[in-house]
Amino acid sequence: MTDFTDALGAAAALVFGLDASLTEIVMLSLRVSLSAVAIAALIGLPTGALLALYRFRGRFFLVVSMNALMGLPPVVVGLIVYLLLSRAGPFGVFGLLFTPAAMIIAQVLLVTPIIAALTRQVIEDLWIEYEEQMRSLGAGPSRAMPALLWDGRFTLITAILAGFGRASAEVGAVMIVGGNIDHVTRVMTTSIALEVSKGNLALALGLGIILLVLSAGINGAAYIIQHRTKRWHA
Amino acid sequence: MNEPSPAPSILPLELDGVCFEAGGTRLIKDISWRFEADRRTVVIGPNGAGKSLFLRLCHGLIKPSRGSVRWHGVEAAAPDESPANAGAWAARHQAMVFQRPVMLRRSVTANVDYALKLHHIPRAKRAETIERVLHETGLKRLAHLPARVLSIGEQQKLALARAWALKPQVLFLDEPTASLDPSATHGVEEIIEAIHNQGTRIIMTTHDLGQARRMADEVLFINRGRILESAPAKQFFEAPQNDLAQAFVRGELLWWNKGQDNRKHQPGDPTEGKPE
Repeated sequence: MTDFTDALGAAAALVFGLDASLTEIVMLSLRVSLSAVAIAALIGLPTGALLALYRFRGRFFLVVSMNALMGLPPVVVGLIVYLLLSRAGPFGVFGLLFTPAAMIIAQVLLVTPIIAALTRQVIEDLWIEYEEQMRSLGAGPSRAMPALLWDGRFTLITAILAGFGRASAEVGAVMIVGGNIDHVTRVMTTSIALEVSKGNLALALGLGIILLVLSAGINGAAYIIQHRTKRWHA
Repeated sequence: MNEPSPAPSILPLELDGVCFEAGGTRLIKDISWRFEADRRTVVIGPNGAGKSLFLRLCHGLIKPSRGSVRWHGVEAAAPDESPANAGAWAARHQAMVFQRPVMLRRSVTANVDYALKLHHIPRAKRAETIERVLHETGLKRLAHLPARVLSIGEQQKLALARAWALKPQVLFLDEPTASLDPSATHGVEEIIEAIHNQGTRIIMTTHDLGQARRMADEVLFINRGRILESAPAKQFFEAPQNDLAQAFVRGELLWWNKGQDNRKHQPGDPTEGKPE
């Protein structure tokens, strides 16, 4: 129990003391995960919508593999990105390994399948409801797509949040491609892992609590926004 | 809406030997028919008769398995087909209102605006049209509400306003009042009447005989995928020729005739299609 009390104390001291290195770690975590989610949304929303609206050869295979990729182990993604970005790898010339950019790339790979798979489901359901009316008005799938994404916005926010949850919580991928370098690629999850291995459980738990609060805060805010507007739009 | 439509007429609409099959079952059986301009046609028949399919075939939402649909002699295209297609010009002058109104998750005004945008109406002209149709359908005070919080009756009026804004030459309505109470039904019928009075050809389905009496100039009686009788409304309701139509007009249930739709051919039999 003392660990927990110590942890709470450590967390409080860190947060209310506006500890500089903690702020740096938190800001980097947010920067990496939010960028990754933004990019994943830019890729995943249209991809999911295309898979929902068009029938083509190989669609079944794509849908199934996308659903399977939702559960991709972060360490495996980390390893793949590591191999691609390492000096000897195909993208080695860019020198991205052990930079925040590499961490963003790895998280994009983790999050895109989640957003795309959930988007496909949402848009497919909406299209069932809208198809005849939309086509009657002259909008086939391609012209209707922006309206469908807009009308699915409340559910799609949930998909994007699920993506953010995965990105901000994973440690395997960012650890491998980022390397947990102090002041450069150290984020909350990797510092927690580090502090635990150093035996500094109180600090680790403190960081964990901050991570939880951040995540709960973002989800709570999104839920409130979503709930207010959704009731309005039935 | 009072100015005459500058576009040339897309009518007559001709169906020639139209069949529609789904999953190996023939649901529409060899229908030939010609819709002339300037009247209200009401398609009646029991549930599952093929009324809705018939309307969708006319509008181009589904393609016939066999036979052809032509607007003013030009092979019909689906309403969402590219404008390059020869049949697309006719599709632009049609609109359809469905049994259950489909409203986008945006305001009443924005729902009409979206339809106008899809029809490439310039932004400057849209506001005036929206104002007018919302006024005519009595929805003006609801203009800024999200469409989906309206009652079903109001939503159906909005669906009519949206269709009206497009100034269609032909308006298809698939059981537009099936889920409405009498007062909402009355409101919807008045709007349909107003749209018709401004020169729009009405083709609607219903299984409400009272509504058919009130709305129809011409009646098509469909059962089990065939037109069994067609006549001017007065004549149809006073003296239906087909025995099934007689039973239907008397309000009898038509379940007993399963599989026997061919047993009696009346003058003006469906399969010949009877242009007027």
